[in-house]
Amino acid sequence: MTLRSLALTSRYLSREESAAIAKRALSFATADETRVMVTSTSVANTRFAVNQISTGGDSFDAVVTVISKFGKKSGSSSTNQLDDAALRSVVQIAERVAKLSPEDPEALPELGPQTYREGVNWSDTTASQDPMMRAQAVKRVADPARNAGLVSTGFMEAITGSQAIANNKGLFAYNRSTSSVLTTTVRTSDGTGSGWAGATHHDWSRIDPASLGARATQKARSSVNPVAIEPGRYTVVLEPTAAGNLVQFITRALNARAADEGRSFFSLPGGKNKIGQKVVDERVTIVSDPFDPDVASAPFSGDGSPTQRVVWIENGIVKNLDYDRYWAQKNGRQPTGASSAVRMSGGTSSLDDLIRSTPRGLLVTRFWYLRPVDQRTILYTGLTRDGTFLIENGKVTKPVKNLRFNDSPIFMLNNLEAMGVPERVSASEGGDPGQAIMVPPIKVRDFNFTSLSDAV
Amino acid sequence: MAGIAAHPIGRHATDALASPSHSEYSPLVAAEPNVKELAMIALDAAKHAGAEYADVRFVRNRNQTVSTREQRVTNVSDNETYGFGVRTLVNGAWGFAASRDLTKEEVARVAALAAAQARANQSALLRPVALAPTPAVESGTWTSPIAVDPFSVEIEDKVALLLAANQAALAIKGARFVNSAMFFLREEKTFASTDGSFTVQTIYRTQPSMTVTAVGNGDFATRESVDVAPRGLGYEHVRDSKLTEMAPRWADEAVQKLTAKSVDVGRYDLVLHPSHLWLTIHESVAHPTELDRAMGYEANYAGTSFVAPPEKVLGTLKYGSELMNIRGDRTQPGSLSACGWDDEGVKPEEFDIIKRGMFVDYQTTREQAPWLDWYYKKIGKPTRSHGCSYAQTWAAVQFQRMPNVSLLPGDKDLGWDDLIAATDRGIAIIGDGSFSIDQQRYNAQFGGQVFYEIKGGKIVGMLKDVAYQMRTPDFWASLDMLGGPKSYFLGGAFGDAKGQPVQVNAISHGAPVTRFRNINVINTGRTA
Repeated sequence: MTLRSLALTSRYLSREESAAIAKRALSFATADETRVMVTSTSVANTRFAVNQISTGGDSFDAVVTVISKFGKKSGSSSTNQLDDAALRSVVQIAERVAKLSPEDPEALPELGPQTYREGVNWSDTTASQDPMMRAQAVKRVADPARNAGLVSTGFMEAITGSQAIANNKGLFAYNRSTSSVLTTTVRTSDGTGSGWAGATHHDWSRIDPASLGARATQKARSSVNPVAIEPGRYTVVLEPTAAGNLVQFITRALNARAADEGRSFFSLPGGKNKIGQKVVDERVTIVSDPFDPDVASAPFSGDGSPTQRVVWIENGIVKNLDYDRYWAQKNGRQPTGASSAVRMSGGTSSLDDLIRSTPRGLLVTRFWYLRPVDQRTILYTGLTRDGTFLIENGKVTKPVKNLRFNDSPIFMLNNLEAMGVPERVSASEGGDPGQAIMVPPIKVRDFNFTSLSDAV
Repeated sequence: MAGIAAHPIGRHATDALASPSHSEYSPLVAAEPNVKELAMIALDAAKHAGAEYADVRFVRNRNQTVSTREQRVTNVSDNETYGFGVRTLVNGAWGFAASRDLTKEEVARVAALAAAQARANQSALLRPVALAPTPAVESGTWTSPIAVDPFSVEIEDKVALLLAANQAALAIKGARFVNSAMFFLREEKTFASTDGSFTVQTIYRTQPSMTVTAVGNGDFATRESVDVAPRGLGYEHVRDSKLTEMAPRWADEAVQKLTAKSVDVGRYDLVLHPSHLWLTIHESVAHPTELDRAMGYEANYAGTSFVAPPEKVLGTLKYGSELMNIRGDRTQPGSLSACGWDDEGVKPEEFDIIKRGMFVDYQTTREQAPWLDWYYKKIGKPTRSHGCSYAQTWAAVQFQRMPNVSLLPGDKDLGWDDLIAATDRGIAIIGDGSFSIDQQRYNAQFGGQVFYEIKGGKIVGMLKDVAYQMRTPDFWASLDMLGGPKSYFLGGAFGDAKGQPVQVNAISHGAPVTRFRNINVINTGRTA
C-alpha cells in the first residue's frame, strides 16, 4: 500500500452521500418538524518542535445532528455512527428530548426550500495534502532555521469537510470546504530572541512555508536582548495579525439582542442600540461576504438560511447588528446570520510606509492571551509577543521587552492614524485556521500599555 | 461578610462521598467483546507495519447539555461520539491516525496509516523518542466515584431545577437576566498497548452553572457562579450545588456591583478565596511546570516557561515563600483529572512540584521522563512518568497535560474570617474573572467575580473594576498567610487549552484561603 492510498486525507461526504444519510434519518422521524445536519471532517496536521516533527495526526469523522420539534417543543441529539440503527436511535433520542422539554415561546417554524449560491471556500490543493507533503513543508521552515543555529517550532493543518442541512419541509443545503494554516515561532538557541510568522487560507497553495520561516527567523534574530521601556500610551504600528487579533472582538460583540437588552457596547439607554451611530473612525468599514474569495465562508447558516453580504460598520457608522430569525422578526429587521468571516477596509500604504511616517512608536507582530476585561467597552487585556520593536524617526531601531495592554479595539479604531493594504491573517491564538479575517496593518495613537513582561 | 460556602471535597474532606452505585451503567465498551478484538487487530497491524511501540484508544463519549434563560429553555441536546485513535512509534518517530469507522478493515487501515505517517515524520527527526518503562496492566477497570448517573435523571427534572433557580435569581430587584445550564459527560475509554496493558475506564464530569446580569442607569454587571466548580462527579454534584438557594446571593451581588465603589489604584494586601486562587495556580504554577513547555515544544502557541532550562532550576529555583507546597495528583475524589491510568497506560502518582517554596519536579509523560534521567538519578528516584498523558477525544493524539495541581493547606486552623481580621488594608477576592498571562508565565493579570475592601481587619464595602497585575515569583514570594484544611476548596475547569491543534483538558486545582502582601492593583473601568 502506498502512503497516498492509505492517507485518503481528503475524505468527506459528497452531496449525494449527505443527501442519502439525511433522507434515511428523516424517514425515521415522527415529529412535526425535523431538521438533519450532516457534517464530515478530515483533519490532517503536523507539529514540529526544536527543528523536528514532534507529532501529527490524520483523523476522519462524520456527525449527524437531529433537531426534532413537536409544536413549540424541541430537542437535539447527535451521533457519529451512520448505520440505520444509529440513525433511528438519534432521531428517537431527539424526539424524546423534545417531548420532555417545555414549550419555547420563541420557537419558529422550519424554513422551506431555499436557493443557495455555490460556496467558494474549497481548494483541491488543500484537500490533497498527505503526511509526506506536510513533512516537506515543515522541512522548508525547520532546515534553514537549524542551519542558522536557531530553534523552530510550529504547526500546519489542512481541514477538508462537508456540511449539509435537510428538513422535512424540503429544504436541502450542501457545501464542501477546506481550510489550511501554517504558523511558526523561531527562537534563538539561548532563548533571548523570538519571532513569529503565520498564514491561513482555504487554498494551501497561497501559503509559502519558506517565506514564513524566513520572516520568523528575521524577527527572532532582531529581537535578541530587548530593552525595557516605560509602560504608558504609545503610538503603535500593528502588523495585520496584531490588528486582526483585536478587530475580531468587535465582530464578536455584534449580537443585536444583547445590545437591545442593555448588556453590550452596542446598547443605548431605553432598550435601543447603536445602529446609525458613529463608533469608530470614518475610514473604517467592516463587511462579511461569504463569497469574497479571500475570506469566504459557507453559503448558508445553521438553520438553513442563505448567507449574504452584510455591512456591519460603514465609514465608522454601525449599519447592522447580528439578528437571528426570532429577534429580526420581533424587531422588523432582516436576519443577518453571524459574522463568520470579515474584511476590514484599508489604505494603500505598506507596513514600511506606516513605520517611516512614525517619529516614535512601537511595532507589534502579534498579541497573546487576549481576554475580555469589561464587556461594556469591549476592553481586553493581553500582551505583545514574538517581535516587539521600538520605532524612532521612521526606523525600527531596537527590540523592546513585551508589554501588557488594557485597551479596546473600539478606542483603537477611534485613534486611527493610518491604514495599509489588507491581508488575510491567522488571528487565532491557537494557530487553527480560525475566523477568516482580512485586515490592514494600522497605525494608532495612544495605545494603552500597563506593565512590562520579562517573557521572551 | 461571611465566607461563601465551600464544598469540602478532596483529600482533606471531612465528609465521605457516597459510595458509587452504577450497576446499570457498567462500562459499555467492555461489554462489547469486539472492542478488545479490534484493539488487538490495531496493535498487530501497527507492529506488522514496523512499529516498535503502539497504543490504541477506543473512546465513546456521551454528553448532555440543558441550557435556559429566564423562564425559557434555550437548548436541550444529547450527543454521542465513538471512535478510535492509534499511535505508533516507528524508529523513534511518532505517527497518529484516528477514525469513526469501528470495523476490522478500518482499524487495520488506520493503524497502518499511523505507521506510514510516522515514517514520513522520520524525514524530519533529530532525536528519536525513547519511552520510560511502565508496568503492564493486563486487565484494569476504573470508574469515577459517582453516586447518581446524570444520564439516569429525567430532562424534566433538570429543566425544573434550572427554571426554579432562575426564578429565585430574578426575584431580586435589579436582576434583569439569568442564564443557567447543566453539562454532563460520560466517557468510556478502552486503552491497549503493545506493552501488554488493557484498561477500561468510565469517567464522568458534571457542571451546573449560572450567570446573573443586572442592568441599571445605562450600565450592566454580571455575576457568574464560578464558586460552583465543575467536578468529576455525577448528578449529586448538581444537587449539592444548591443553585436555587445560591441564586439570590449571586443576583444580589450582580446588583450591588452596579453601585460598588470603583477601586483606587495602588498596592494592597489580597485575601484570596480558593474559588479565585485556583485559576492563579493554574496559570502561574501548573502551566510553567509542564516539561514540554520548558523544553520548547509548545513555543508556537501555549509558550515556553520561565522554569527552564531543567538543569538550572530543578531543586534550586526559589518559586515562592516557605508556605508554598504544590502537589500534582490524579487521585483527589471528585477531581476532574482523577483516573485509574493515563492515556498511555501509566498509573498516576502523587508528586511534589514545589516543596517549601523550592521547585523540585516537572509534570511528565513516558516520552519526557527520560529527559530528566540525570536528575532522578541524582535524587535517588526512579525515572518514570508521573502519568500526565491525556487526549481530549479519540480523534486527538495524547500528549503531556497537567494533572490536578494544588496548593496544600497549612497546619493552623485558619479560615477566611481569620485572614480578613488579620489584614489592615486589603482587598478580598471571591471567584475567578478575567485572566491573562504571558507565554513564559511571568506577567499575569487577574480579575474576579466579587471584590471587597478590607480596612482595619473588617470588610467595609464592595469594590468594582479591580484587577491585580503580578510577576509570578514575586507574587508567590509574598504569600504570608495560609488557611487550614477546613478552608480547602477544589476549583477547576473543563477548558484548559494547549497543543496544536488545540486540545482541552479538564483539571481541578485545590487551595486553602490565602493572603498575599503588597500586590499591584489596577482600575479596569473605562467609559466608551
